[in-house]
Amino acid sequence: MIERYLPAASTYAGEVDFLINLILVLVGSCFIVCEVVFFWLIFRFRKKEGVAPEYITGELKSHKRWITIPHMVVLVFDVIIVVFAIKVWYDVKQDLPPADHTVRVVAQQWAWTFAHPGLDGAIDTADDIITVDELHVKVGSLYHFRLESRDVIHSFSVPVFRLKQDAIPGRVITGWFEATMTGTWDIQCTEICGIGHGLMPARIVIETPEQHAAWMAQKSPLSIAAVTAAPSAEE
Amino acid sequence: MPTGRLAVWMVVVSEIVVFGGVLASYIMHRLAHDAWSVQAAHTNMWIGAFNTFVLLTSSLFVAFAHKAAEEGDGVKASNFLWMTVAGGTTFVIVKALEWTSEITAGYTITSSTFWSFYYTAAGLHALHVIAGVVILMIIAMQARKQMELHRVELIGIYWYFVEIVWFFLFPLLYIAK
Amino acid sequence: MAETLTAASSHGEHAHGEMSFWSKYVFSTDHKVVGLQYMFTGIFMGLIGGFMAYAFRMQLAFPGVEVPGYGLVSPVDYNALVTNHGTIMIFWVAMPVLVAAFGNYLIPLMVGADDMVFPRLNRLSYQVFLLSAIVLICSFFVEGGGFGGAWTAYPPLSAQSQYNLTPLGSSLWLVAVGLEFVAFLIGGINFITTAMNSRAPGMKAYDIPMIVWMIVVASIMFMASVGPLLAGAVMLFMDQNIGTAFFDPDRGGDPILWQHLFWFFGHPEVYVVLLPATGLVADIITVFSRKKLFAYRTVLYTVFATGVLSFTVWAHHQFVAGIDPRMAHVFTVTTLLISIPIAEMMFVYIATLYGGSITLTTPMLWALAFIAEFLIGGVTGVFLGASGADIYFHDTYFVLAHFHYTFFPIAIIGFYAGISFWFPKMFGKMMNETLGKIHFWGTVIPFNLIFIPLFVLGASGQHRRIYDFSHFPNLSAPWQQDLRILATSALLVMLAFQSVFLVNFVWSLWKGRKAGKNPWKSNTLEWTAESPPPHGNWSELPTVYRGPYEYGVPGRDSDYWPQNEPN
Repeated sequence: MIERYLPAASTYAGEVDFLINLILVLVGSCFIVCEVVFFWLIFRFRKKEGVAPEYITGELKSHKRWITIPHMVVLVFDVIIVVFAIKVWYDVKQDLPPADHTVRVVAQQWAWTFAHPGLDGAIDTADDIITVDELHVKVGSLYHFRLESRDVIHSFSVPVFRLKQDAIPGRVITGWFEATMTGTWDIQCTEICGIGHGLMPARIVIETPEQHAAWMAQKSPLSIAAVTAAPSAEE
Repeated sequence: MPTGRLAVWMVVVSEIVVFGGVLASYIMHRLAHDAWSVQAAHTNMWIGAFNTFVLLTSSLFVAFAHKAAEEGDGVKASNFLWMTVAGGTTFVIVKALEWTSEITAGYTITSSTFWSFYYTAAGLHALHVIAGVVILMIIAMQARKQMELHRVELIGIYWYFVEIVWFFLFPLLYIAK
Repeated sequence: MAETLTAASSHGEHAHGEMSFWSKYVFSTDHKVVGLQYMFTGIFMGLIGGFMAYAFRMQLAFPGVEVPGYGLVSPVDYNALVTNHGTIMIFWVAMPVLVAAFGNYLIPLMVGADDMVFPRLNRLSYQVFLLSAIVLICSFFVEGGGFGGAWTAYPPLSAQSQYNLTPLGSSLWLVAVGLEFVAFLIGGINFITTAMNSRAPGMKAYDIPMIVWMIVVASIMFMASVGPLLAGAVMLFMDQNIGTAFFDPDRGGDPILWQHLFWFFGHPEVYVVLLPATGLVADIITVFSRKKLFAYRTVLYTVFATGVLSFTVWAHHQFVAGIDPRMAHVFTVTTLLISIPIAEMMFVYIATLYGGSITLTTPMLWALAFIAEFLIGGVTGVFLGASGADIYFHDTYFVLAHFHYTFFPIAIIGFYAGISFWFPKMFGKMMNETLGKIHFWGTVIPFNLIFIPLFVLGASGQHRRIYDFSHFPNLSAPWQQDLRILATSALLVMLAFQSVFLVNFVWSLWKGRKAGKNPWKSNTLEWTAESPPPHGNWSELPTVYRGPYEYGVPGRDSDYWPQNEPN
């Protein structure tokens, strides 16, 4: 259902979409059966002159069957849904595969700050590339994100990854994603965070390794320092 | 169950979940922060113990008042209720003195989360004690005129509840350091 | 505390002769007047809530355009509008109308009592409620404007004025909500004690009409769940105003704690308003299909199961809120479990239609619409209860459409079903059927046209509480904007059709056909009283001989068998 509106751009997006489709089929069929039976009964048992209503207590076993069988069907469907839901949840939220890179995501009223590792490949060094409202990642690399908030609760949502995580002030929450296609997509804040909640859009730029390297070379403090240092050495 | 007693139990049930919310929050917080014991060390366990004793005694008087009311002796019930009032008033006065000394020593409600919980939980409880004392006085005056004797039992249920809440607050706020 | 206020009033209250307007309608202790007071206050608040929906839906369809009757909707306004729309519709419309209005009006009449057991407590409950409504309305007009941190009021946003910029508005909002809780705690005591202790002689547990059971269970659930949030509200109020730090992570507090306190109440609250609606639907479909309720006891068991389970599901609102990820498994299981009793209740209602003799009167249409629409709300909830799928759907318009598909059938369809069914009893006149049916179709069709587009928008990733989507390239496609305009247009149509109801209401009061005691040929006790019932309800209190749903009993001349009729 979701892929019709938004491409799936992370390794686990397909799983989430599959789960959603599974639920759609299971509860959708229940729903259609219910509504068809419901409207048919209204039509079939409309008031007719000379036809008295039947007296059915529903306490007999043969009558109760009409409730207990659908009951069992719902139960079985629920079990199937629970199994798949837990599987997907485990893969996205609980399991943390080893990272190729780590980025820091800081939310505040009303902007996102992203710290990317620079040429040295690590964050929290002088080489970090800091951007506002724009996150650059490489396709095919597994990223960890460290999510923080400076003031109120925000929520880091990347619909195209099927990823969402609240940012809680005072905590650092770690999660992961791995992009599978290139492109530029929305990042949203999905927890109301004050007047500017609607003004907190950011973009995720998913690049090929070459593009990413070029971007990094252009933005990295080390390379900028090297570029600016080189002419001064000549003087 | 008689309607009045049923209604008082409803009040007690809804109050239990209110205090339950405060205490559950307090316990969850404490488990997450070890540093609290440093703050909690400044509460005075002996004053708390004295107040526990006062409340226990006053509950005993309520029990006597209930017995007297069932025997139809409104004057005797009233006398016991006034003793309970004295107990409740003592509790509040001691509490006030205790808080005065703590606040002058610099431990105010905004000092730390422990003190916030301390004043909130104990303050909420003290409000219930004050409300209970007011109702006790009204019922004591009615009972002296042999009016509405069944109310003696009802205020008794409420007063036991107030006491039991204190039995939870005392160890959590004063003893666990 | 309650005792001093009330015990004296449990006897000797009905000896009034002529009463002035004030003592008859304003300071009355009569359960019927209190019920109507709740109902009219609820309708009035509903109009405010509907107007708010109009203002912010217009902003979403036509961003930045001046809304006729409101003006420009700024981001500050937008947040305050959505926050207070939600708060009002749940706490000041659904609660007073379904629980308090129908509860007060119907419980004594349906169990055969002359009044509530504590009439003065009942009056106090309404007065506290009215005060809470006034405080809430005042909060829109103070400096800084109304509170805009969503009806869930998550701290630190709600706790600290440097973040929400509405220091007065957020405190008043909190006070109003707290007062409203107190009002319903007081009222709930009355519902439970009356239904337990004042039943007519002969009325056993399984002879009680379903709506009475449902309101009693709802009141017990409310009583058992609201306490922690009341405590939380006190703590949040102190955080806002005297500088404590219960929810401030910088000074040792924990913002997630509020979410637990809030949703521990917030989820049972859904069932608190749902149950009365399902109860009155049960009463209406049995009357108009002339059928006994299918498996009465099964319905009761589903209600109890729902009541108990609803206390174990709250964290499904917090899957992605930073709780321990392992906890999500537990709450997924409990959430999907709760779908079973509720689905079973719907099956029972559908099965009740089998073999009936169905007349599609206006109340019946509303009751059937409740079942048809609530099913949509129910099945879409499964997407959100399944943790893996909720990662995507959390806080999107899919959630919004889902809970409107539950709350709209509950609060609006449920209310219209109830009022069109009991209007003859309340006012002694019949409502106009033609106008009633015009109003029905004019409400239900646009309702679906509002929220089905919002499901689609939610599935395409549109997130909530955003005043203008043009900042989000993935959400500004022309088809998406077209759907927003469709939803808004449908809302305008639906709001316009509500005037049909108001006209019908006033016209029927004035010119409607006389109703008589029992216009629907119903079994339950309220139909044996005069329409409208006098103070004290009956000159001689009824005795009960059988259950409430004995329709179409074989071997009898008439197809109904009132509860109070001796064999």
